[in-house]
Amino acid sequence: MTVEQILKEYSKLLPKRIIEDLKENLPKKISDKKAKEIIEEVVAEYKEMQITPAEGIGIITAESIGEPGTQMTLNTFHFAGVSEMNVTTGLPRIIEIFDGRKDLATPMMNIYLKKPYKEGKDIEKIARKLKETLLEELAKEFYINIADMSVEIQLDQKVLEDIGISNSKVISAIKKSVKGIKVKENNDLIIISKKQETDNLNEIYALKEKLKKVFVAGVKRIKYVLPVKKDGEYVILTSGTNLKDVLELDFVDASRTTSNDIFEIEKVLGIEAAREAIVQEVYKVMQEQGLNVNIRHIMLVADAMCVLGKVEGITRYGIIKEKASVLARASFETPMKQIMQASLMGEVDRLKSVVENVMVNQPVPVGTGLPGLAVKVIKGKIGGYEENKKEKKK
Amino acid sequence: MKKPIKHVLVPEHKKLSEKEKKALLEKFNITIKELPQILKTDPAIQGLNAKEGDIIMIKRNSPTAGESIYYRVVVSSE
Repeated sequence: MTVEQILKEYSKLLPKRIIEDLKENLPKKISDKKAKEIIEEVVAEYKEMQITPAEGIGIITAESIGEPGTQMTLNTFHFAGVSEMNVTTGLPRIIEIFDGRKDLATPMMNIYLKKPYKEGKDIEKIARKLKETLLEELAKEFYINIADMSVEIQLDQKVLEDIGISNSKVISAIKKSVKGIKVKENNDLIIISKKQETDNLNEIYALKEKLKKVFVAGVKRIKYVLPVKKDGEYVILTSGTNLKDVLELDFVDASRTTSNDIFEIEKVLGIEAAREAIVQEVYKVMQEQGLNVNIRHIMLVADAMCVLGKVEGITRYGIIKEKASVLARASFETPMKQIMQASLMGEVDRLKSVVENVMVNQPVPVGTGLPGLAVKVIKGKIGGYEENKKEKKK
Repeated sequence: MKKPIKHVLVPEHKKLSEKEKKALLEKFNITIKELPQILKTDPAIQGLNAKEGDIIMIKRNSPTAGESIYYRVVVSSE
């Protein structure tokens, strides 16, 4: 038997990472007996290192994230040269993620590109293709023709050429997004008038303002783009996110492109991707701040935020709302509201979890408070062992 | 049938058969209600043809264990 075959036998007892480490570090020429002995030792050590059942891991996580949190600085990070693009990091970003906020202060995307483009081919052109282009950026001037009661737009042909769109495409974009207008083309002027004739100048003025905001090309909500070179390939950083539309573009590497908007990831890629994104985003902030928080703590928080199949923040509207106990909810925020609501609904508190048992001065079901895990509790309500068993039989 | 999403953030999702499902619940001594949930409309399970009450096995890439296995039960999205 080779070492690999022996390791395969143990693949159910040990995690993949340890198996790989063993594969690397076991001497090449080793007798089966010796190899087995070593692996047995590793298995015993691994079991020893596992956390004991009924350990209060939540509070360990809370303290492990909370204490370094006090050392975090409030800061936003600016990109050199592009004043419009900045990124929230530090404590505000952590709060943003854990609270499950839907409108981020600085939505951002990291867009990876496919083969010929990631080496820098046409990088400027591609960046411009991604950026949301409004009509006002293409126009030299907007005129109001009072005699004809119309708006005349002079397009900047140079800009149009750079982006690679034609006059007719601009016109069709205008027709698509504004209703009830007539569009004419006259040399390089686009003349727009209302279908119903009007002599109210305010209406024409309102039309002009509306036309300025017409979406012509690019990807909606992508406000700024910045191509940068990262690890030998070009990546486009954007301000503003639109994961769904960007992933559909043909020059984008759809398997690596990400956003920092957790909810968008949940919508496009699913709950597991959202959980992974929470872990990565929080861990990234901690690293930037030079804090040493074990990733296991962040993984636990991310798991707790995603148990229900949708991302929920750690707020009284999020995961706290799901707690079964009235007293536990009341101990978090807005106690009066919680107690009043519970009494109106006739809720019963079974005192099964930690917080409510602390409040009523009883042993908490954590650690030695759960003897039912190790020994048979005859009439014990504390561990709830017997009680649970009966409930399950029903 | 939709293709599964290929993305670094999306781990492998697999639907358990009835037999595997029973074995799992027995192994952990739990009822189906105690499992974490996944919505039926979740983009990652669209190709799996999953119904409510099915269990999805997720093979996560874990930075600590290399690979970890997680289970979620399919629920309706209200």
